[in-house]
Amino acid sequence: MIKIVEIGYSKKVMEHFMNPRNVGVIKNPDGYGKVGNPVCGDLMEIFIKVKDDIIKDIKFKTFGCGSAIATSSMVTELAKGKHVDEAIKITRNDVAEELDGLPPQKMHCSNLAADALQEAIKDYKNKKKK
Amino acid sequence: MLVQQCGFELMNMQGIYLDHASSMPVEPRVLEYAKIYLTKNFSNPSSLYSSGLEANRALEESRAKIAQFINAENEKTIVFTGSATESNNLAIRGTALRNIGKGKEVFASAIEHISVLNPMKELHKNGFEFNIIPVDSNGIVDLKKLQTLLTNKTNVTSIMYANNEIGTIEPIKEISKIVHEKGGYLHVDATAAAGRVPIDVQKEQIDLLTLSSNDLYGPKGAGVLYIKPGTKIQSVMPGGGQERGLRSGTENVFAIAGMGEAAKIAQKGMKKESARLTKIRDKLIKEITKINESYLTGHPSRRLPHHASFRFSHIEGESILLNMDMYNIQVATGSACSHKTLEPSHVLLAIGLKHEEAHGSMVMTLGRSNNMEQVPIVVKAVKDTVDRLRKLSPLIKKG
Repeated sequence: MIKIVEIGYSKKVMEHFMNPRNVGVIKNPDGYGKVGNPVCGDLMEIFIKVKDDIIKDIKFKTFGCGSAIATSSMVTELAKGKHVDEAIKITRNDVAEELDGLPPQKMHCSNLAADALQEAIKDYKNKKKK
Repeated sequence: MLVQQCGFELMNMQGIYLDHASSMPVEPRVLEYAKIYLTKNFSNPSSLYSSGLEANRALEESRAKIAQFINAENEKTIVFTGSATESNNLAIRGTALRNIGKGKEVFASAIEHISVLNPMKELHKNGFEFNIIPVDSNGIVDLKKLQTLLTNKTNVTSIMYANNEIGTIEPIKEISKIVHEKGGYLHVDATAAAGRVPIDVQKEQIDLLTLSSNDLYGPKGAGVLYIKPGTKIQSVMPGGGQERGLRSGTENVFAIAGMGEAAKIAQKGMKKESARLTKIRDKLIKEITKINESYLTGHPSRRLPHHASFRFSHIEGESILLNMDMYNIQVATGSACSHKTLEPSHVLLAIGLKHEEAHGSMVMTLGRSNNMEQVPIVVKAVKDTVDRLRKLSPLIKKG
């Protein structure tokens, strides 16, 4: 049997995994981002509500492992209340650092969370242009 | 700690361990029996003074117990190794290389342990032809394919007695008949099956059989390869010539003595214990498959008595494992996220699951510490876990 041998999640990862912030969907969001694929084992959706370029509300839904859920939760926390131009700069490393680190093979999960946020902000900006 | 931090209701302080396929406690009677070989008598069994001879006697006693455990022809058929992985390597590489004159074709089922598949792949790199025998959706080896794929150039074929991830028991007797018709050797990895179902190497016509000490409630650090008399095999670990020259290296007397005693205890109590575990297993399967979009993996009836394995749609296995641990219940998963290569279990893919289905797997393997009273606690934890993770999942479109 294949086992988890090098996981060693930080307390902060486990805390976010067990009590994720900002779970859910926003109806008619100002921005929507979706990354990943259930085939690969990770899928994330992020919804944002924006007023005067400030992220007023943010929600997520995630299918994936412990760090996929924890990084989704963390990215929503980091982005909430931020100006979109600031929030779009949030990187996978920022997310991982805020969670007191991630196992090396899990870095792609946090990559996804930041990507989903960026997609949502890009979607917002595109909509704004129109 | 975490349980309280996260506000989870702590239902069982002591925990419920349901991952016996991965690691097992040493049976107290085994520890009591064998601990002398760690302390008072630490002599090398190759030494000729009396304490050395006594250590050697412990090895031979264990050999006799293991031979009896699998109804081997005699105790000389038992070779001690350091682990099941090592036994598998010796069985496959040792016979393939020694019998290269017969042919360079080697076979394994699609659901073998990686310690079988990887030595086979290694042989392939070195000029052998390695073919995989497929299994059906319940994990049973395709006997027709076996019959058509094997030729008289087939060297060694490796099929496990029962699978560790899905619990399916293979029709070894029929398999050995087919393998022997082509004149090749049959290696059977019985790591998951031994101690749960009776194994008779003579009746079932097995040439090489792998056993693991820890899977019998023995100490880690010992394994066995049974080698049928007359089987041509060579060492893959040259050195001081221990174990009839087949496995060099000073014997782990403590683990080996413990393994023999563990096998003896397992054999004595197997019928009763397997019947007891079967009842718990069936209750778990009955209750857990009541959950929406939950499915049993592996064969519904031809399965190990201690084995209950599932998959749940729309959620991922590592999350299930972590969430169950918050209830102090330990389970396993074949999900990609628990794998270093980030690929889902080859066993689940071999039984025809899609990647996204294989990601949602959960495996429970029972042992002596489990009882019927734990079932409702486990079932409730599984329900709550699935429920919580599905609420987070974007694959369910509501709310």
